[in-house]
Amino acid sequence: MNRRLRWRKFVSAFMLSMTGVCAVVAVSVLFLILGYLVVHGGASVSWSFFTNLPAPVGEAGGGMANAIVGSAKLLMLAMLMGVPVGFLGAIYLAEFSGTTTAFIVRYAADLLNGVPSIVIGIFAYSLAVLPFKHFSTFAGGFALGLMMIPITLRSTEEFLRSVPVSLREGAMALGASKWKTIATVIVPSAYRGILTTILLAFARVAGETAPLLFTALGNRFWSPGWSQPTASLPVAIYNYAISPYEDWHRQAWAAGLVLLGLILVINIVARGVLARGISVSRS
Amino acid sequence: MATTTTSVRGAGPLAGSRAFLARLRDGDEIARMATFLFAASVVLITVLLVYQLWQGSALPRHRFGLSFFRTSVWDPVFDQFGALPFIYGTLVTSAMALLIAVPLGVGAAIFLAELAPLRLSDTLEFFIDLLAAVPSVIYGLLGIFIVVPLMRRVIQPQLKQFLGFLPLFQGPAFGLGFLTAGVVLAIMIIPYIISVSREILLSVPRDQREAALALGATRWESTWKVVVPFARGGILGSVFLALARALGETMAVTMVIGNTPVISASLLSPGDSIASVIASQFKEATGELYTQSLIELGLVLFLLTFILNGLARIMIAVTSKRGTGLGHA
Repeated sequence: MNRRLRWRKFVSAFMLSMTGVCAVVAVSVLFLILGYLVVHGGASVSWSFFTNLPAPVGEAGGGMANAIVGSAKLLMLAMLMGVPVGFLGAIYLAEFSGTTTAFIVRYAADLLNGVPSIVIGIFAYSLAVLPFKHFSTFAGGFALGLMMIPITLRSTEEFLRSVPVSLREGAMALGASKWKTIATVIVPSAYRGILTTILLAFARVAGETAPLLFTALGNRFWSPGWSQPTASLPVAIYNYAISPYEDWHRQAWAAGLVLLGLILVINIVARGVLARGISVSRS
Repeated sequence: MATTTTSVRGAGPLAGSRAFLARLRDGDEIARMATFLFAASVVLITVLLVYQLWQGSALPRHRFGLSFFRTSVWDPVFDQFGALPFIYGTLVTSAMALLIAVPLGVGAAIFLAELAPLRLSDTLEFFIDLLAAVPSVIYGLLGIFIVVPLMRRVIQPQLKQFLGFLPLFQGPAFGLGFLTAGVVLAIMIIPYIISVSREILLSVPRDQREAALALGATRWESTWKVVVPFARGGILGSVFLALARALGETMAVTMVIGNTPVISASLLSPGDSIASVIASQFKEATGELYTQSLIELGLVLFLLTFILNGLARIMIAVTSKRGTGLGHA
């Protein structure tokens, strides 16, 4: 083996192992994040964290019950808005639409999907806060719902389209009308993909903070009904983390652990269990 | 792609051939109309979003015109609003993030696509997907409490000691600032670069690699001189996609950038970015001009990400089509 060849082989082995190092570094970030959250937040996740209101500054203890309930309410609103629009819109795209309409809708959805979340916040503020003159749970849910629409729409459409033509033809040959074919054959055979999509969209907006900053705002207390400002986990993490109080920092870590735990569990269930064997497009 | 078009053509004539009344009786027309409303609402929302951003920023657009982008005074008390410090901050932090994230991300993607056995590659990709799902406020949390102290105590003093003669690394080490924001952003966008680049690299036809190897190239040479150039457009697309994310990234940046509208050559200096100034000031903004100036910043951000996303999508589509097209041939 001459020197030149030996050098080339060395370069090859060296560069390839460097790519391995890159991969290890990239993946290890996930475990670093989890590790730090468990170490710093684990001790503060207690029963009272889930059941108590935040304690006044200086007083130890207290929890984030209002933020947890607030997040649940916001996410419920977001689902009520994002899932029907995304799902039914996708049915139109996959089953009824002509190519031009489909192109326009898809283009709009992709555009909406790329809009930075803080801009979605401004938009929701001008549509759902300004006209009513106060911050509300409703406005926050609206902002999160907006974000769910394009994610749900695009991948639901892909799953509907991947249903084999023979199934459609079979149903129609038996005399089923088109909407009956959709409702009883196409959607049921794509349901796993659709469910995965919805779960992933849910997990995605569950951690969104920027759109909530000036729609749902925040609240130190319970937020009755839907038209009051409400606390939410992501915004609480932000406010507590930038506060000067040690005790609040601990609460922020705990809330971070709970939030990330929830999001990762949903992702693992969606990708690892439901979506086994089907390819999920990333949003 | 091929199957999807056939499915539409296959279904189209079947539904279209029946008379309108028959379709109405079967409920098809109603289903069609109802679902159309939902699909159309997506377009409506998008148009409304653009309209609101445009309409909502009318005041500063008329008052300042283009000088909005050229002046660097941001003084709400005297109604002076210049966007330059924020544009500068956004560009500097994003550029730094790319500088760190692109080599790492592309390297990792090469490992996943070219070297790792499929099983390992899929497992690692699963973790990368999870990483992409971590919300930005969590990155911000770790940024504040882990990265910032590390920067202040260890990394920034070291940089000053060894590279302090450069204007890039001068001034006090606060911990908060451009450098920290850039590093946190880099960590956040790496997963996007890896996922998209890996898929693009996997779509490069096998015979390209085999031909290079048969000509006597080493494994690395075939990867670096044949496979990567083949996928160049798509990889660039993934970088644009990541850049669009970085530009619009709000929470993590807001928490570590220092929130001071300064233009400074030093990366150690605190600064501010477009997204983070909106996040930190919008709620408190008093007066129409103040609020509308922030909305105009939102409009700028929207346009930037819109252009980048468009370019990225075209590049990725062209490259992966070329890849699969040759693969079948």
